[in-house]
Amino acid sequence: MASMMKEFTKGLWNELPPFRLVLGLCPVLAVTTTANNGLGMGAAVIFVLSLSNVIISLVRNIIPKKVRIVCFIAIAASLVVTVEMLMQAFAYPLYQQLGIFVPLIVVNCIILGRAEAFAAKNPPHLALADGLGMGIGFTLSLTFLGSLREIFGSGTWFGVSLFGPDFQPFTFMVQAPGAFVCLGLILAGMNFLNVWQAKRKGVELDPNFDAGCAGCAACKGLEKIVNQKKLERLEAAKG
Amino acid sequence: MDIFLLFISAIFVNNIVLAQYLGNCPYLGCSKEKSVSIGMGAAVIFVTIMATLFTFLIQKHVLLPFNLGYLQTIVFILVIAALVQFVEMFLKKMVPPLYKALGIFLPLITTNCAVLGVAILVQRKEYDFVTSLLYAVAAGTGFMLALVVLAGIRERFEITRIPRAMRGVPIGLIMAGIMSLAFMAFKGMIA
Repeated sequence: MASMMKEFTKGLWNELPPFRLVLGLCPVLAVTTTANNGLGMGAAVIFVLSLSNVIISLVRNIIPKKVRIVCFIAIAASLVVTVEMLMQAFAYPLYQQLGIFVPLIVVNCIILGRAEAFAAKNPPHLALADGLGMGIGFTLSLTFLGSLREIFGSGTWFGVSLFGPDFQPFTFMVQAPGAFVCLGLILAGMNFLNVWQAKRKGVELDPNFDAGCAGCAACKGLEKIVNQKKLERLEAAKG
Repeated sequence: MDIFLLFISAIFVNNIVLAQYLGNCPYLGCSKEKSVSIGMGAAVIFVTIMATLFTFLIQKHVLLPFNLGYLQTIVFILVIAALVQFVEMFLKKMVPPLYKALGIFLPLITTNCAVLGVAILVQRKEYDFVTSLLYAVAAGTGFMLALVVLAGIRERFEITRIPRAMRGVPIGLIMAGIMSLAFMAFKGMIA
Protein backbone atom coordinates (compact mmCIF):
# COMPACT_ATOMS: atom_id res chain seq x y z
CA MET A 1 0.00 0.00 0.00
CA ALA A 2 2.80 2.38 0.92
CA SER A 3 4.62 1.64 -2.31
CA MET A 4 1.43 2.25 -4.28
CA MET A 5 1.06 5.62 -2.57
CA LYS A 6 4.66 6.45 -3.49
CA GLU A 7 4.15 5.59 -7.17
CA PHE A 8 0.93 7.59 -7.19
CA THR A 9 2.29 10.78 -5.64
CA LYS A 10 5.48 10.96 -7.69
CA GLY A 11 3.42 11.86 -10.77
CA LEU A 12 1.88 14.79 -8.93
CA TRP A 13 5.06 16.73 -8.24
CA ASN A 14 8.50 15.07 -8.42
CA GLU A 15 7.95 13.63 -11.89
CA LEU A 16 5.08 15.86 -13.04
CA PRO A 17 4.78 14.79 -16.71
CA PRO A 18 4.80 17.87 -18.94
CA PHE A 19 6.62 20.25 -16.61
CA ARG A 20 9.30 18.02 -15.04
CA LEU A 21 9.65 15.12 -17.44
CA VAL A 22 9.24 17.16 -20.60
CA LEU A 23 6.93 14.66 -22.28
CA GLY A 24 3.98 14.87 -24.63
CA LEU A 25 4.22 18.55 -25.49
CA CYS A 26 1.97 18.62 -28.55
CA PRO A 27 -1.39 18.36 -26.76
CA VAL A 28 -0.06 20.53 -23.93
CA LEU A 29 0.48 23.36 -26.40
CA ALA A 30 -2.47 22.70 -28.65
CA VAL A 31 -5.51 22.17 -26.47
CA THR A 32 -4.79 24.59 -23.61
CA THR A 33 -6.56 27.58 -25.14
CA THR A 34 -9.19 27.15 -22.43
CA ALA A 35 -9.12 25.49 -19.01
CA ASN A 36 -12.06 23.31 -19.97
CA ASN A 37 -10.28 21.82 -22.99
CA GLY A 38 -7.21 21.11 -20.87
CA LEU A 39 -9.34 19.30 -18.30
CA GLY A 40 -11.13 17.25 -20.98
CA MET A 41 -7.90 16.24 -22.70
CA GLY A 42 -6.44 15.32 -19.30
CA ALA A 43 -9.42 13.09 -18.52
CA ALA A 44 -8.97 11.23 -21.81
CA VAL A 45 -5.27 10.76 -21.05
CA ILE A 46 -5.98 9.49 -17.49
CA PHE A 47 -8.29 6.84 -18.95
CA VAL A 48 -5.87 5.68 -21.64
CA LEU A 49 -2.74 5.88 -19.51
CA SER A 50 -3.99 4.02 -16.44
CA LEU A 51 -5.66 1.25 -18.47
CA SER A 52 -2.72 0.84 -20.85
CA ASN A 53 -0.35 0.68 -17.88
CA VAL A 54 -2.44 -2.10 -16.26
CA ILE A 55 -2.82 -4.12 -19.47
CA ILE A 56 0.84 -3.83 -20.40
CA SER A 57 1.86 -4.80 -16.91
CA LEU A 58 -0.41 -7.88 -17.08
CA VAL A 59 1.08 -9.09 -20.36
CA ARG A 60 4.63 -7.93 -19.68
CA ASN A 61 6.00 -11.47 -19.35
CA ILE A 62 4.29 -12.76 -22.49
CA ILE A 63 5.41 -10.10 -24.99
CA PRO A 64 8.68 -10.92 -26.76
CA LYS A 65 11.22 -8.16 -26.24
CA LYS A 66 11.75 -7.45 -29.92
CA VAL A 67 8.16 -6.58 -30.77
CA ARG A 68 7.24 -4.91 -27.49
CA ILE A 69 6.96 -1.35 -28.86
CA VAL A 70 4.47 -2.40 -31.54
CA CYS A 71 2.47 -4.30 -28.89
CA PHE A 72 2.42 -1.24 -26.64
CA ILE A 73 1.24 0.92 -29.53
CA ALA A 74 -1.50 -1.57 -30.44
CA ILE A 75 -2.77 -1.65 -26.84
CA ALA A 76 -2.71 2.14 -26.55
CA ALA A 77 -4.41 2.53 -29.94
CA SER A 78 -7.32 0.26 -29.03
CA LEU A 79 -7.86 2.26 -25.83
CA VAL A 80 -7.73 5.52 -27.78
CA VAL A 81 -10.37 4.22 -30.19
CA THR A 82 -12.52 3.42 -27.13
CA VAL A 83 -12.05 6.95 -25.79
CA GLU A 84 -12.87 8.44 -29.20
CA MET A 85 -16.14 6.53 -29.35
CA LEU A 86 -17.03 7.36 -25.74
CA MET A 87 -16.37 11.05 -26.39
CA GLN A 88 -18.42 11.00 -29.58
CA ALA A 89 -21.31 9.53 -27.62
CA PHE A 90 -21.16 11.56 -24.40
CA ALA A 91 -19.05 14.68 -24.97
CA TYR A 92 -19.38 15.57 -28.64
CA PRO A 93 -18.68 19.35 -28.35
CA LEU A 94 -15.44 18.62 -26.46
CA TYR A 95 -14.50 15.97 -29.03
CA GLN A 96 -14.85 18.56 -31.78
CA GLN A 97 -12.87 21.15 -29.82
CA LEU A 98 -9.96 18.77 -29.26
CA GLY A 99 -10.13 17.65 -32.89
CA ILE A 100 -7.17 15.75 -34.21
CA PHE A 101 -5.51 15.61 -30.79
CA VAL A 102 -7.80 12.86 -29.50
CA PRO A 103 -6.53 10.20 -31.97
CA LEU A 104 -3.04 11.59 -31.48
CA ILE A 105 -3.05 10.42 -27.83
CA VAL A 106 -1.68 7.17 -29.32
CA VAL A 107 1.64 8.78 -30.16
CA ASN A 108 1.82 10.88 -27.00
CA CYS A 109 5.20 10.01 -25.51
CA ILE A 110 3.69 9.83 -22.01
CA ILE A 111 1.86 6.63 -22.90
CA LEU A 112 4.84 4.88 -24.51
CA GLY A 113 7.29 6.41 -22.06
CA ARG A 114 5.44 5.10 -19.00
CA ALA A 115 4.87 1.71 -20.67
CA GLU A 116 8.56 1.34 -21.40
CA ALA A 117 9.94 2.89 -18.21
CA PHE A 118 7.45 1.56 -15.67
CA ALA A 119 4.61 -0.76 -16.69
CA ALA A 120 6.85 -3.25 -18.50
CA LYS A 121 8.87 -3.82 -15.32
CA ASN A 122 6.30 -3.64 -12.50
CA PRO A 123 3.22 -5.55 -11.25
CA PRO A 124 -0.29 -4.31 -12.22
CA HIS A 125 -1.24 -2.58 -8.98
CA LEU A 126 1.89 -0.41 -9.04
CA ALA A 127 1.39 0.26 -12.76
CA LEU A 128 -2.16 1.42 -12.04
CA ALA A 129 -0.96 3.77 -9.30
CA ASP A 130 1.74 5.12 -11.63
CA GLY A 131 -0.71 5.61 -14.50
CA LEU A 132 -3.29 7.35 -12.31
CA GLY A 133 -0.69 9.61 -10.69
CA MET A 134 0.92 10.57 -13.99
CA GLY A 135 -2.49 11.06 -15.62
CA ILE A 136 -3.74 13.30 -12.81
CA GLY A 137 -0.47 15.25 -12.84
CA PHE A 138 -0.86 15.72 -16.59
CA THR A 139 -4.47 16.88 -16.16
CA LEU A 140 -3.55 19.36 -13.43
CA SER A 141 -0.73 20.78 -15.57
CA LEU A 142 -2.98 21.10 -18.60
CA THR A 143 -5.72 22.76 -16.57
CA PHE A 144 -3.19 25.14 -15.01
CA LEU A 145 -1.75 26.18 -18.37
CA GLY A 146 -5.25 26.33 -19.86
CA SER A 147 -6.46 28.57 -17.01
CA LEU A 148 -3.47 30.87 -17.40
CA ARG A 149 -4.02 31.25 -21.14
CA GLU A 150 -7.80 31.57 -20.87
CA ILE A 151 -7.74 34.15 -18.05
CA PHE A 152 -5.26 36.45 -19.79
CA GLY A 153 -6.17 35.59 -23.37
CA SER A 154 -9.93 35.90 -23.19
CA GLY A 155 -10.69 37.17 -19.68
CA THR A 156 -12.73 34.12 -18.71
CA TRP A 157 -12.19 31.02 -16.58
CA PHE A 158 -14.08 27.83 -17.48
CA GLY A 159 -16.22 30.10 -19.64
CA VAL A 160 -17.14 32.48 -16.77
CA SER A 161 -16.29 36.10 -17.44
CA LEU A 162 -13.89 37.44 -14.80
CA PHE A 163 -13.12 41.06 -15.53
CA GLY A 164 -16.35 42.45 -16.92
CA PRO A 165 -17.01 43.89 -20.37
CA ASP A 166 -14.28 46.55 -20.34
CA PHE A 167 -11.45 44.01 -20.29
CA GLN A 168 -9.13 44.11 -23.30
CA PRO A 169 -8.02 40.50 -23.80
CA PHE A 170 -4.32 39.77 -24.35
CA THR A 171 -4.99 37.65 -27.44
CA PHE A 172 -1.32 36.73 -27.86
CA MET A 173 -1.88 34.17 -25.07
CA VAL A 174 -4.50 32.12 -26.88
CA GLN A 175 -2.58 32.06 -30.16
CA ALA A 176 0.24 29.69 -31.07
CA PRO A 177 3.19 31.91 -29.98
CA GLY A 178 1.58 32.45 -26.57
CA ALA A 179 1.45 28.69 -26.02
CA PHE A 180 5.16 28.26 -26.71
CA VAL A 181 6.25 31.24 -24.62
CA CYS A 182 3.98 30.34 -21.67
CA LEU A 183 5.21 26.75 -21.55
CA GLY A 184 8.82 27.92 -21.90
CA LEU A 185 8.42 30.28 -18.95
CA ILE A 186 6.76 27.59 -16.80
CA LEU A 187 9.59 25.14 -17.57
CA ALA A 188 12.12 27.83 -16.74
CA GLY A 189 10.31 28.39 -13.43
CA MET A 190 10.52 24.64 -12.70
CA ASN A 191 14.25 24.66 -13.47
CA PHE A 192 14.75 27.70 -11.28
CA LEU A 193 13.04 25.84 -8.44
CA ASN A 194 15.33 22.83 -8.98
CA VAL A 195 18.46 24.98 -8.90
CA TRP A 196 17.28 26.80 -5.78
CA GLN A 197 16.41 23.56 -3.97
CA ALA A 198 19.76 22.03 -4.86
CA LYS A 199 21.57 25.09 -3.55
CA ARG A 200 19.61 25.03 -0.29
CA LYS A 201 20.34 21.35 0.28
CA GLY A 202 23.96 21.85 -0.72
CA VAL A 203 23.73 19.26 -3.52
CA GLU A 204 25.80 19.75 -6.66
CA LEU A 205 23.62 19.80 -9.80
CA ASP A 206 24.76 18.01 -12.92
CA PRO A 207 26.63 20.70 -14.90
CA ASN A 208 25.26 19.37 -18.18
CA PHE A 209 21.78 19.54 -16.69
CA ASP A 210 19.29 20.06 -19.46
CA ALA A 211 15.60 19.39 -19.12
CA GLY A 212 14.83 17.40 -22.23
CA CYS A 213 12.64 14.53 -23.28
CA ALA A 214 13.99 12.51 -20.36
CA GLY A 215 11.81 9.46 -20.62
CA CYS A 216 11.84 9.23 -24.40
CA ALA A 217 14.36 6.49 -25.08
CA ALA A 218 14.32 7.35 -28.77
CA CYS A 219 16.02 10.71 -28.32
CA LYS A 220 18.70 9.21 -26.10
CA GLY A 221 20.43 7.67 -29.13
CA LEU A 222 20.72 11.05 -30.76
CA GLU A 223 22.28 12.60 -27.67
CA LYS A 224 25.53 10.73 -28.32
CA ILE A 225 25.86 12.09 -31.85
CA VAL A 226 25.02 15.61 -30.73
CA ASN A 227 27.62 15.51 -27.96
CA GLN A 228 30.24 14.19 -30.33
CA LYS A 229 29.57 16.98 -32.81
CA LYS A 230 29.71 19.49 -29.97
CA LEU A 231 33.16 18.25 -28.97
CA GLU A 232 34.36 18.38 -32.57
CA ARG A 233 33.20 21.96 -32.89
CA LEU A 234 34.82 22.99 -29.61
CA GLU A 235 38.09 21.44 -30.70
CA ALA A 236 37.93 23.13 -34.07
CA ALA A 237 37.36 26.43 -32.30
CA LYS A 238 40.41 25.86 -30.10
CA GLY A 239 42.71 24.78 -32.93
CA MET B 1 -2.21 28.03 -58.83
CA ASP B 2 -4.14 26.05 -56.25
CA ILE B 3 -1.16 23.79 -55.74
CA PHE B 4 1.09 26.79 -55.22
CA LEU B 5 -1.33 28.15 -52.63
CA LEU B 6 -1.48 24.78 -50.90
CA PHE B 7 2.30 24.72 -50.65
CA ILE B 8 2.59 28.27 -49.33
CA SER B 9 -0.20 27.66 -46.87
CA ALA B 10 1.19 24.35 -45.55
CA ILE B 11 4.81 25.50 -45.33
CA PHE B 12 4.46 29.05 -44.04
CA VAL B 13 0.97 30.00 -42.95
CA ASN B 14 -0.20 26.78 -41.32
CA ASN B 15 3.23 25.46 -40.52
CA ILE B 16 2.80 22.04 -39.00
CA VAL B 17 4.96 22.77 -35.94
CA LEU B 18 4.55 26.47 -35.39
CA ALA B 19 0.85 26.87 -36.11
CA GLN B 20 -0.61 23.37 -35.71
CA TYR B 21 1.50 22.18 -32.77
CA LEU B 22 2.38 18.81 -34.30
CA GLY B 23 5.72 17.06 -33.86
CA ASN B 24 6.97 19.15 -30.96
CA CYS B 25 9.03 16.40 -29.32
CA PRO B 26 11.43 15.91 -32.24
CA TYR B 27 11.27 19.66 -32.89
CA LEU B 28 12.83 20.35 -29.51
CA GLY B 29 14.73 17.07 -29.16
CA CYS B 30 16.56 17.05 -32.51
CA SER B 31 17.26 20.75 -32.95
CA LYS B 32 20.53 21.00 -31.05
CA GLU B 33 22.73 20.32 -34.06
CA LYS B 34 22.21 21.46 -37.64
CA SER B 35 23.39 18.26 -39.37
CA VAL B 36 21.18 16.12 -37.11
CA SER B 37 18.20 18.35 -37.81
CA ILE B 38 18.70 18.08 -41.58
CA GLY B 39 18.75 14.27 -41.37
CA MET B 40 15.68 14.23 -39.15
CA GLY B 41 13.83 16.63 -41.44
CA ALA B 42 14.60 14.55 -44.52
CA ALA B 43 13.48 11.38 -42.77
CA VAL B 44 10.22 13.04 -41.71
CA ILE B 45 9.48 14.22 -45.27
CA PHE B 46 10.16 10.74 -46.61
CA VAL B 47 8.07 8.87 -44.03
CA THR B 48 5.21 11.40 -44.14
CA ILE B 49 4.83 10.91 -47.88
CA MET B 50 4.97 7.12 -47.64
CA ALA B 51 2.58 7.04 -44.68
CA THR B 52 0.06 9.36 -46.34
CA LEU B 53 0.20 7.30 -49.54
CA PHE B 54 -0.47 3.99 -47.78
CA THR B 55 -3.00 5.21 -45.24
CA PHE B 56 -4.93 7.06 -47.95
CA LEU B 57 -5.22 3.89 -50.05
CA ILE B 58 -6.20 1.81 -47.01
CA GLN B 59 -8.83 4.31 -45.93
CA LYS B 60 -10.39 4.47 -49.41
CA HIS B 61 -10.18 0.79 -50.36
CA VAL B 62 -10.43 -1.09 -47.07
CA LEU B 63 -11.87 0.95 -44.23
CA LEU B 64 -14.64 2.86 -46.02
CA PRO B 65 -16.03 0.01 -48.20
CA PHE B 66 -16.27 -2.27 -45.16
CA ASN B 67 -17.67 0.46 -42.90
CA LEU B 68 -14.72 0.33 -40.53
CA GLY B 69 -14.08 4.07 -40.30
CA TYR B 70 -13.94 3.97 -36.50
CA LEU B 71 -10.82 1.79 -36.66
CA GLN B 72 -8.92 4.60 -38.41
CA THR B 73 -6.61 5.45 -35.50
CA ILE B 74 -5.51 1.92 -34.70
CA VAL B 75 -5.08 0.90 -38.36
CA PHE B 76 -3.15 4.05 -39.28
CA ILE B 77 -0.67 3.82 -36.43
CA LEU B 78 -0.01 0.12 -37.02
CA VAL B 79 0.43 0.73 -40.75
CA ILE B 80 2.90 3.52 -40.01
CA ALA B 81 4.81 1.37 -37.51
CA ALA B 82 5.04 -1.52 -39.96
CA LEU B 83 5.91 0.81 -42.82
CA VAL B 84 8.77 2.40 -40.93
CA GLN B 85 10.13 -1.05 -40.10
CA PHE B 86 9.96 -2.13 -43.75
CA VAL B 87 11.51 1.07 -45.04
CA GLU B 88 14.35 0.61 -42.58
CA MET B 89 14.96 -2.99 -43.69
CA PHE B 90 14.68 -2.06 -47.37
CA LEU B 91 17.12 0.84 -47.12
CA LYS B 92 19.58 -1.27 -45.12
CA LYS B 93 19.69 -3.93 -47.84
CA MET B 94 19.21 -1.89 -51.01
CA VAL B 95 20.40 1.68 -50.46
CA PRO B 96 23.11 1.60 -47.75
CA PRO B 97 24.23 5.23 -48.21
CA LEU B 98 20.69 6.49 -47.63
CA TYR B 99 20.34 4.13 -44.67
CA LYS B 100 23.50 5.55 -43.19
CA ALA B 101 22.11 9.07 -43.49
CA LEU B 102 18.56 8.41 -42.29
CA GLY B 103 18.82 5.09 -40.45
CA ILE B 104 18.99 6.32 -36.88
CA PHE B 105 16.08 8.69 -37.37
CA LEU B 106 13.61 6.19 -38.78
CA PRO B 107 12.66 4.39 -35.53
CA LEU B 108 12.05 7.76 -33.85
CA ILE B 109 9.51 8.70 -36.47
CA THR B 110 6.95 6.01 -35.62
CA THR B 111 5.96 8.02 -32.58
CA ASN B 112 6.24 11.41 -34.26
CA CYS B 113 2.77 12.88 -34.15
CA ALA B 114 3.43 14.93 -37.30
CA VAL B 115 3.35 11.75 -39.40
CA LEU B 116 0.12 10.34 -37.96
CA GLY B 117 -1.23 13.88 -37.76
CA VAL B 118 -0.82 14.53 -41.49
CA ALA B 119 -2.33 11.14 -42.34
CA ILE B 120 -5.44 11.93 -40.27
CA LEU B 121 -5.60 15.61 -41.33
CA VAL B 122 -5.85 14.82 -45.04
CA GLN B 123 -8.75 12.48 -44.26
CA ARG B 124 -10.54 15.10 -42.16
CA LYS B 125 -10.00 17.77 -44.82
CA GLU B 126 -11.25 15.31 -47.46
CA TYR B 127 -8.46 15.98 -49.94
CA ASP B 128 -8.23 13.84 -53.06
CA PHE B 129 -5.30 11.50 -53.64
CA VAL B 130 -2.91 13.88 -55.43
CA THR B 131 -3.69 16.81 -53.14
CA SER B 132 -3.08 14.58 -50.11
CA LEU B 133 0.36 13.61 -51.37
CA LEU B 134 1.23 17.22 -52.17
CA TYR B 135 0.03 18.27 -48.74
CA ALA B 136 2.27 15.60 -47.19
CA VAL B 137 5.28 16.92 -49.13
CA ALA B 138 4.50 20.49 -48.09
CA ALA B 139 3.86 19.63 -44.44
CA GLY B 140 7.13 17.67 -44.25
CA THR B 141 9.00 20.56 -45.85
CA GLY B 142 7.46 22.96 -43.38
CA PHE B 143 8.60 20.74 -40.52
CA MET B 144 12.13 20.58 -41.92
CA LEU B 145 12.27 24.34 -42.42
CA ALA B 146 11.20 25.07 -38.85
CA LEU B 147 13.56 22.41 -37.47
CA VAL B 148 16.65 23.54 -39.38
CA VAL B 149 16.10 27.21 -38.60
CA LEU B 150 15.68 26.47 -34.89
CA ALA B 151 18.80 24.26 -34.93
CA GLY B 152 20.78 27.08 -36.48
CA ILE B 153 19.65 29.44 -33.73
CA ARG B 154 20.24 26.93 -30.94
CA GLU B 155 23.82 26.33 -32.07
CA ARG B 156 24.42 30.00 -31.32
CA PHE B 157 22.90 29.60 -27.87
CA GLU B 158 25.87 27.47 -26.83
CA ILE B 159 28.21 30.43 -26.97
CA THR B 160 25.68 32.79 -25.39
CA ARG B 161 25.31 33.46 -21.69
CA ILE B 162 21.81 32.27 -20.90
CA PRO B 163 20.45 32.21 -17.32
CA ARG B 164 20.90 28.77 -15.77
CA ALA B 165 17.20 28.03 -15.45
CA MET B 166 16.45 29.00 -19.04
CA ARG B 167 18.99 26.69 -20.67
CA GLY B 168 17.85 23.81 -22.85
CA VAL B 169 14.16 23.34 -23.50
CA PRO B 170 12.78 26.58 -21.94
CA ILE B 171 14.79 28.90 -24.18
CA GLY B 172 14.09 26.56 -27.11
CA LEU B 173 10.36 26.92 -26.50
CA ILE B 174 10.53 30.69 -26.20
CA MET B 175 12.54 30.78 -29.43
CA ALA B 176 9.85 28.61 -31.04
CA GLY B 177 7.28 31.13 -29.82
CA ILE B 178 9.15 34.00 -31.45
CA MET B 179 9.49 32.00 -34.67
CA SER B 180 5.80 31.21 -34.55
CA LEU B 181 5.09 34.93 -34.15
CA ALA B 182 7.24 35.63 -37.20
CA PHE B 183 5.46 32.94 -39.21
CA MET B 184 2.09 34.48 -38.33
CA ALA B 185 3.12 37.39 -40.53
CA PHE B 186 2.82 35.09 -43.56
CA LYS B 187 -0.94 35.02 -43.02
CA GLY B 188 -1.21 38.14 -45.16
CA MET B 189 0.16 36.24 -48.14
CA ILE B 190 -3.02 34.25 -48.78
CA ALA B 191 -5.63 36.63 -47.44
